[in-house]
Amino acid sequence: MKNRVRIAAGQGFWGDWPEAPYRQVTGGPIDYLMMDYLAEVTMSILQKQKVRDPERGYATDFVQQMERILPVVVQRGIKVTANAGGVNPHGCAAAVTAAARRLGLAGKLRIGVVTGDDLLGRLDALIARGHDLRNMDTGRPLRDIRDRVLSANAYLGAWPLVRALRDGADVVITGRVTDTGLTLAPLIHAFDWREDAWDLLAAGTVAGHIIECGAQASGGNSLVDWPRVPDLANVGYPIVDARPDGTFEIVKHPRTGGRISVAGVTEQLVYEMGDPREYITPDCVADFTTIALRQAGKDRVRVAGIKGGPATDKLKVSVAYAYGYKAVGTLVYAWPEALKKAQDADRILRRRLADLKLAFEAIHTEFVGATATHGRLAAADAREAPEVQLRIGVRGPDKAAVDRFTRELAPLILNGPPSVTGFAAGRPKPEEIVAYWPALLDKRLVEPKVEVIAV
Amino acid sequence: MKVRLLDIAHARSGDKGDTANVGVIARKAEYYPVLVRQLTAARVARHFRGMIKGNVERFELPNLRALNFLLHGALDGGGTISLKTDAQGKVLSTALLRLEIDLPRKQR
Repeated sequence: MKNRVRIAAGQGFWGDWPEAPYRQVTGGPIDYLMMDYLAEVTMSILQKQKVRDPERGYATDFVQQMERILPVVVQRGIKVTANAGGVNPHGCAAAVTAAARRLGLAGKLRIGVVTGDDLLGRLDALIARGHDLRNMDTGRPLRDIRDRVLSANAYLGAWPLVRALRDGADVVITGRVTDTGLTLAPLIHAFDWREDAWDLLAAGTVAGHIIECGAQASGGNSLVDWPRVPDLANVGYPIVDARPDGTFEIVKHPRTGGRISVAGVTEQLVYEMGDPREYITPDCVADFTTIALRQAGKDRVRVAGIKGGPATDKLKVSVAYAYGYKAVGTLVYAWPEALKKAQDADRILRRRLADLKLAFEAIHTEFVGATATHGRLAAADAREAPEVQLRIGVRGPDKAAVDRFTRELAPLILNGPPSVTGFAAGRPKPEEIVAYWPALLDKRLVEPKVEVIAV
Repeated sequence: MKVRLLDIAHARSGDKGDTANVGVIARKAEYYPVLVRQLTAARVARHFRGMIKGNVERFELPNLRALNFLLHGALDGGGTISLKTDAQGKVLSTALLRLEIDLPRKQR
């Protein structure tokens, strides 16, 4: 058994910095590269792609990134965990296999594929057997929107990835696996942690939470003392340097920018937090009020003391469904009285929508540069703004009404308040809303599948 | 002495559906008890009055000298439904840091 394992964050979301994975595998020694691709609504976008083309439905960027780093990964014996498989992990694995063969790596790589999270084909059977899949926020049963469902996936935890690693996988590609599971699995595998070692599993989960958003733990998007974060152009993504007892340090490669500090890691710990005593994952329940942080050196934060409890008997399920349509348009008004002009334009536009008898679920107006993000709290600062962007959006079930709204913005340039500009992008497009429906399902109803394929 | 919350704390916010969370972190250990006393759930709810639809919950993390607030109904439905610029509540943290705190003399 190893007594130190280094897990590096390569991507914090789909669309993160394309340079990060290469820098992580070449900038210094690491054992694992963890890449997180799936946000709540990503699965539905991928599902739509798969309906159009059965070969697709996964994060294609991952394949390009793997093509670039695979020679180094194989040479240095680095293993990769990624939930890039989306709704088509086998398609993703096939694409990575083809890339590996192009690079002459046939026979030198094994790819693990984790599936079993996709519930779309089982929904009717589950509902018929009395599993309501009630919305965790509203309590409504899924049958209310069954005909509009686009994708449904259970969040799997770390253990299926552990099986793939134990079976010799070098690259593990999954569908909907929790962000934290991608980091916890290598730790369980490397240190042989037991299934009921709750404190250790909680520690690995916290490690995963710290690095799952990439550079947000190493100086990016960090409010504390932000102007003095060094060299963000060359930011080093975070690395977990872990020990078998569940303690670990957050570090980054030498000669990289950014900053790893107690204050910055604390910001990441509270990100997207609910009740800190119960951070629930499929693997355990971590208690964030037990985490002890200490600056152990420059760009080195030591994390210890973490306690956890048994996992629940449920898995979270993420359902995506067609909700309706929306469109958002903008116009920019300039000094003098920029805000008053934008407010006047908003009144005129709303009056015209009412006169047209267009019904919407919501009309939402913001004055960007004045009160868009801080509302009335910023009102005093907003009066003398040199320019204000009127940003107005509508949402509703009727696509035609939303489309009609998009034709009411441009006319305001010549038939509304003065000093208006910024319409170069043209008429906004009505957009389909794919909404997110969180639910719970008994764990025993979900059977993860693990395969390991030689390239 | 009156100070802005920004002067004694920093913060990060995120989302879960239509709920935003704001984690507020004391810049120095001695500021944490001030936050615990003054930054109550009721005070935060008043600060955001008219801007959020639901209630405010508070959780304490003395180990990180941080408080975590859940602002329910803060995001116009949240996620892809929301029409807000800040649909994920990413900068609600800074809106909270505008709040005024009465800093006791000995803690300046």
